[in-house]
Amino acid sequence: MEPDADTSTPGRITRDDVAYVARLARLNLTDFELDGFTGQLADVLDHAADIEALDLDGVAPTSHPLPLSNVFRADVPTVGPAEEANHRLFCDEVIAAAPAAEESRFRVPPVLGEAP
Amino acid sequence: MTSETVSEMDGWEVVIGLEVHAELATATKLFSGARNEFGGEPNTNIDPVSLGLPGSLPVLNEKAVELAIRVGLALNCSVQESEFARKNYFYPDMPKDFQISQFDQPINGEGWLELPDGRRIGIERAHLEEDTGKSTHVGGGGRIHEASYSLVDYNRAGVPLIEIVGKPDLRSGDDARAYVSELRSILVAIGASDGKMEEGSMRVDCNVSVRPVGEDELGTRCEVKNINSLRSLGRAVTYESRRQVDLITSGQKVDQQTRHWNEEDGRTHTLRSKEEAFDYRYFPEPDLVPVAPSAEWIDEIRAAMPLLPGERRHRLAEEAGIQPAAAALAVERGLDGLALASMDLGADPARVLVHVENNLADGQGALTADAFAALVSMETGGDLTATQAKTVLADLVDSGGDPAAVAATHGFETMDTSELEGFVDGLIAEHPDDWEAFVVGDEDERRKKSGFFVGQVMKATRGQADGRVVNEILERLAAGT
Repeated sequence: MEPDADTSTPGRITRDDVAYVARLARLNLTDFELDGFTGQLADVLDHAADIEALDLDGVAPTSHPLPLSNVFRADVPTVGPAEEANHRLFCDEVIAAAPAAEESRFRVPPVLGEAP
Repeated sequence: MTSETVSEMDGWEVVIGLEVHAELATATKLFSGARNEFGGEPNTNIDPVSLGLPGSLPVLNEKAVELAIRVGLALNCSVQESEFARKNYFYPDMPKDFQISQFDQPINGEGWLELPDGRRIGIERAHLEEDTGKSTHVGGGGRIHEASYSLVDYNRAGVPLIEIVGKPDLRSGDDARAYVSELRSILVAIGASDGKMEEGSMRVDCNVSVRPVGEDELGTRCEVKNINSLRSLGRAVTYESRRQVDLITSGQKVDQQTRHWNEEDGRTHTLRSKEEAFDYRYFPEPDLVPVAPSAEWIDEIRAAMPLLPGERRHRLAEEAGIQPAAAALAVERGLDGLALASMDLGADPARVLVHVENNLADGQGALTADAFAALVSMETGGDLTATQAKTVLADLVDSGGDPAAVAATHGFETMDTSELEGFVDGLIAEHPDDWEAFVVGDEDERRKKSGFFVGQVMKATRGQADGRVVNEILERLAAGT
């Protein structure tokens, strides 16, 4: 396929797209930032779009750069009887570090709606 | 008859597809060595990975993969190369703000499950994912929308789950219950999960839609969450399908929604509409590499699988010469092995199954296949009546032993035919009108009167007579031989 200056334009990321993704990621962006990031993200995506110029029929999508699969751990608890005391200290420390806790549980603001 | 066949549902078909989450029976979590156990003290089965602490990295639990493959094989799925993906959302039950799940490449592709009645229900996929932490809403009577704050326990966060997505092949609440019940039996049989709905180790989300009978296109569906028992599942389907039919017949339309089942008021309530649906921004999990189970590994796992409930039903049905559906109760009670063994020893299959279904509801106890076979043979040979056999069987279940000896302790001696004839002669003399009615009556009348005479003989002999023999005597006398 011939690289074509117009191919990336129709799908070019818009300011609204960036605002939407920012909202999903709970990021508060100023108008100035939105403008800046829209341009930057568009450049990044244009760079990725260069790949479209290649003939990739028969090449499986790659989700990982390493030629590895089946990396496992055995189903064995990390904490055995000998580590139990230290582990309790870790748990206590974690709870103590929370902004708020109650009955060994993390106390969080009320959440509207059910978990997805 | 299903619970939906009420008048207002006439002309409507209910279409149900279920998503079942089951916690896998591993010792540790899906991506770390924290313990996977139910009911521990809050926030004790945690570690940096379960808490999503910065810098912590997931490493896949091999046992969880093996159990997932077992589930796939048991559900006749294609077991395939798979990848993990991040499902992004902000909710305190997932401290790292995404759940690691599988998206476009699940470990198990399409398959099917056979219900006890022989129908096949399609399986879309069965994939691996991690469970979330558990939130308790405080204030507002525990209701989510009115809670003043929530408490989170991460013991469950990261516990391996298999999510089994069924096709919309179910047509009633009874179907849905039968499907979940069969699925649970399978998961338990293969050791993949304990299947305890009451402890939340098996959870059901239910997609319901309705359409006019004969319509091919699916109606707009609603997903019902928070179903915690088989009974709730049936009730939720009934309520939700009626709600949708009511909407349509009153000129409104069904909105695609996620709804929450409330056990107390027996209704479903809106959680969110399609417009509010989450955009999870799935993308491949960069910290995990693909899982590509080799054919050898899959074969090895297959070879170690026990017989599944469906296979056991077919095996028993074949041996007993019955339909697989008729063998369902025996398999459900785990008594198919006993039944088969006693049949192999020559016991009459029909009598064996009658006892399994009517007299062994609490399991076989101390009863052995040898004793069971001997007992059934005594019964079919006429040495024990059905009532006596039931009594002896109860003793054998309680404390074992030899059926002949147990029968003797109860004084169960066979009454010989001449003794019985004496009883029958006496009764005929006492009840001449009934006897006349028996002799000249039509089939119905004869059945009624023979029931009367057999009952009287049983009473007179305190249940020691064999009803079949009494009937033979009556027939013979009536025929004047």
